[in-house]
Amino acid sequence: MGGSTVLPVIIFLPLVGAAAIALIAPSRATVLKPVAVATSAATGALTLWLMGAFDKNDGDFQFTQLTEWIGSAGISWHVGVDGISLFLVVLTGLLFPIAIVACDPPHDAKAYYIWMLVLETGCLGVFLALDLVLFFLFFEVVLIPMYFLIGKWGHENRKYAATKFFLFTMLGSALMLVGMLTLALLTARETGGAVTFNLIELANSAGELPTITARWIFLSFVLAFAVKVPLFPVHTWLPDAHTEAPTAGSVILAGVLLKLGTYGLVRFGLYLFPEASQYFAPLLFTLGVIGILYGAVVATMQRDLKRLVAYSSVAHLGFIVLGIFSINTEGIEGGLLQMVNHGLSTGALFLLVGFIYERRHTRQISEMIGLQKAAPVLAAVFTVVMLSSVGLPGLNGFVGEFLILAGAFVAHRWWAVVAAAGVILAALYLLWAYQRVFHGTPDDANRSMPDLNWQEKLVMVPLVGLIVFLGVYPKPVIERMEPSVNALIEHMEEVEGIESPTVGDRPEGSFEELRKLKADYGDEGEGH
Amino acid sequence: MLPVLAEANSLPQANIPDIQWLPLIPHIVMAGAAVVLLTIVSVAGRWLPGWFASAWTAAAGLAVLATAIPVWIRVDQEGESSTIAGSIGVDQFSVFIIVLLACSVVLTALVADGFLHRESLDGPAFYVLLMLSAAGGITMASANNLIVLFLGLEILSLAVYVLVAMHLRRAESQEAGIKYFVLGAFASAFLLYGIALVYGATGSLNLADIRLRQGGWFAYAGSESSSTDAGMQGVPEGVAMLSADNGLLLAGMAMLLVGFGFKVAAVPFHAWTPDVYQGAPSPVVSYMAAGVKAAGFAALLRVFFGGFLGVADDWQPVMFGLAIASLAVGSMLAIVQTDVKRILAYSSISHAGFILVGVQAATDDGVASVLFYLAAYAAMAIGSFAVITVVSGPGDEGTGLDSLRGLAARRPLLAAAFTVLLLSQAGIPFTVGFWAKFEVITAAVDARSFWLAVIAMLAAVVAAFLYLRIVVTMFLESPDADAPRLSIPRGPAVAVVIVVLFTLAFGIYPEPLLNLADDAWLNLRLHAH
Repeated sequence: MGGSTVLPVIIFLPLVGAAAIALIAPSRATVLKPVAVATSAATGALTLWLMGAFDKNDGDFQFTQLTEWIGSAGISWHVGVDGISLFLVVLTGLLFPIAIVACDPPHDAKAYYIWMLVLETGCLGVFLALDLVLFFLFFEVVLIPMYFLIGKWGHENRKYAATKFFLFTMLGSALMLVGMLTLALLTARETGGAVTFNLIELANSAGELPTITARWIFLSFVLAFAVKVPLFPVHTWLPDAHTEAPTAGSVILAGVLLKLGTYGLVRFGLYLFPEASQYFAPLLFTLGVIGILYGAVVATMQRDLKRLVAYSSVAHLGFIVLGIFSINTEGIEGGLLQMVNHGLSTGALFLLVGFIYERRHTRQISEMIGLQKAAPVLAAVFTVVMLSSVGLPGLNGFVGEFLILAGAFVAHRWWAVVAAAGVILAALYLLWAYQRVFHGTPDDANRSMPDLNWQEKLVMVPLVGLIVFLGVYPKPVIERMEPSVNALIEHMEEVEGIESPTVGDRPEGSFEELRKLKADYGDEGEGH
Repeated sequence: MLPVLAEANSLPQANIPDIQWLPLIPHIVMAGAAVVLLTIVSVAGRWLPGWFASAWTAAAGLAVLATAIPVWIRVDQEGESSTIAGSIGVDQFSVFIIVLLACSVVLTALVADGFLHRESLDGPAFYVLLMLSAAGGITMASANNLIVLFLGLEILSLAVYVLVAMHLRRAESQEAGIKYFVLGAFASAFLLYGIALVYGATGSLNLADIRLRQGGWFAYAGSESSSTDAGMQGVPEGVAMLSADNGLLLAGMAMLLVGFGFKVAAVPFHAWTPDVYQGAPSPVVSYMAAGVKAAGFAALLRVFFGGFLGVADDWQPVMFGLAIASLAVGSMLAIVQTDVKRILAYSSISHAGFILVGVQAATDDGVASVLFYLAAYAAMAIGSFAVITVVSGPGDEGTGLDSLRGLAARRPLLAAAFTVLLLSQAGIPFTVGFWAKFEVITAAVDARSFWLAVIAMLAAVVAAFLYLRIVVTMFLESPDADAPRLSIPRGPAVAVVIVVLFTLAFGIYPEPLLNLADDAWLNLRLHAH
């Protein structure tokens, strides 16, 4: 066993908390929540420490730990963090305590907190695993706690939604398992070495496989991630799962679980299959753009506020895929940044919708009116979060969307133009919904709605704070991502000899403004 | 000179073959324990406590386990061999299955303890038949001779026919017994006919000998298989080689496959499974799913991988078809069932399909994956049927899905244990079931059967739906107000704890079990040492 032990501690701390909760006697139910909060907060603090200790000039994996696990099958315990996964880990570390503090389960509190903490371990494991099988194990095991969270603490149609969620995701990953095994076995055959599932070793021999084979394997991976993202047309589980999940479940589902898919596309799609990613980029690109427009149009037509937010995720995740498959520094950075942004803003939106539901016991937009008068603080927070989701300059959503569109414009100009329309549609559905729910004169049912209490205000503070901070000053995030993203692109060029189009390749002057803006937002420290 | 040929050359003299006793001890212990138990109980039955037969059976199983270990070590040091004129193989493959059968017997005895008492079926008959059946299974798993294999299969089957019909006051049990017996007799006839045809084609009943006779054209089939090299050595001069298109041999193989397909419940020879699983007493079903299936697959592998590796090209496509049919039919028909025992019956068909995926690979890794899968499935099946034994209540009647409604509220630990076992059957990570699927799919991919691997995984997703259905019933529905209080007898409780620990421990660290399965080479030898 070698290397740093901080990552295993981060991964397994929530599990230890879950075990501790399992041992608490039923008579002492009041300590359940404090233990859950303390564990997840401690994990969150560790992830923040990790961010501080992270060497921002190093594009390689840091804090790695590698030890043999199932030697005969070439499977190892291999974890590490780089600029691509770092902020997803931090996001997970932040959202879990927030979700746990914000929402109390109506019944079976013990099982609820156990599943939440097991879920946290699973998510952290996915982001930190550097071995394909290890990644797959975490990727799959995340389904179980989420299944129970939706199925047991969800709304009316929860059993259907939970089962659909489980089966859809499992369908995708079933084929990925075959793809992983094929990749490892055929690579071993090509290189003449032993079978290994070590991500780094497989990536280094990524060019060895025959092109057609690699493309098939890539497709099996993409299907698994596309379901998770979710990419049009395999998104249909998402509205059901999000709508029926309890509030904390929706927050984690939108904030963290969807990122497992987009993260997988970067880490296991681009990194392992440079040629195939390039080959299929137009397809994924197009699906991303369809997702942006489709998600926006369908969101506009929703009568259920939570469902509206759920469909807005389809649109936002379409943007992220668009950025990733631009395959250039701007696009990928934008995609990564937008993963964090979406986690913050949509997580916050689900929390707010949950707060409204707790007070009004309805999610129907038509039954709510004039909430602004009854709950001004709630309305104010909702405004900020919604504008971040719309992509208003000065808030975090804008930075990510801008970088994505900049990257996409260079790679596939017309798709970027169409995708930009999605930004306008986002303004349409969110502002319209806001107007219907918060403006107007409240009727009797809505007039007496209480405003946010101190606990709810407390959990919104970090979310709103980060939304504003990342909108004004995203540099700390981008400068930590950049070396890893550049290393990824270099790796892709090295393996396949592909040329990634970048802003700088274009004739001088035509992107002057773009670069200037980008410098303002991200790279001012780099001397551009 | 080879023992078999020696025997043929000197027919007039009485020729007693050399016998290695050590590898035969597990056989003798298992069969002997059954006979001795019968004797003890008939002589001194009225003075013995109620738990005696159950404890005796468990002890016999453990004794078989203990006596199998020296055989394993000896084979490890000295290599594979055979004994009693080459008719019983001494190899780690058979030891693996013997251990598996012994564990099934121990766990089934634990499960049956409370059940027989509850149903007022007390008596040694159940345990005697159980051990006799396992003794037959042990013979099947180590037979190198087709007639010996047939004997083992009949000993196993006859005992199980009676076990299925054990429940005297339950018409379904009687019906299942008759159904299983009639169909089973048919399957045995097919098997015997197949043996006759193979003998006609090859002039031998000895599997190692039969394999040698394919020497001319099997070098390619297992060129990556380490066991092939051993088979290639010493093809005796004057042994007639078979031609590749020997119709008699192919017909014989087809007949054999029907017989084994019936035993392992592979589609299209599966029709008995749901009815028999539903009608038979639950502890018997747990033994059938674990022990009989393992013995059936062991025999299938011995004959096809051990004996017919040279014509693997001929039987691989058939296995491919059987695997797909079993996966598809098993997982899809399970969805529409409303009886838990029927659901698990169809799921056992689908598991048979998964195991056939490993058989189809026709490599050493494939054999190892099958053994691993059998061990994992045995644990999951025994545990699942142990839970059903407890839940079904007096008369063994409450096996409908609704009898599990709200089990999590009534008996949280039992529900949690059942969930672990079901998730393991679904192949969820950190359970042994995941690694079973992982190994089988690895073997399939390694043999370049990519599409079979894909279909198998898709079937696994369909099957996951039905396991989820059971979990939903237990956790997400509230119990009926008039649900009877469940009492959990000690025996089944211990059995469930053991298999759940097994499932989780090897789910997190499967290496030891993987290594054992890898070491358990199927390498048939004609020679004694």
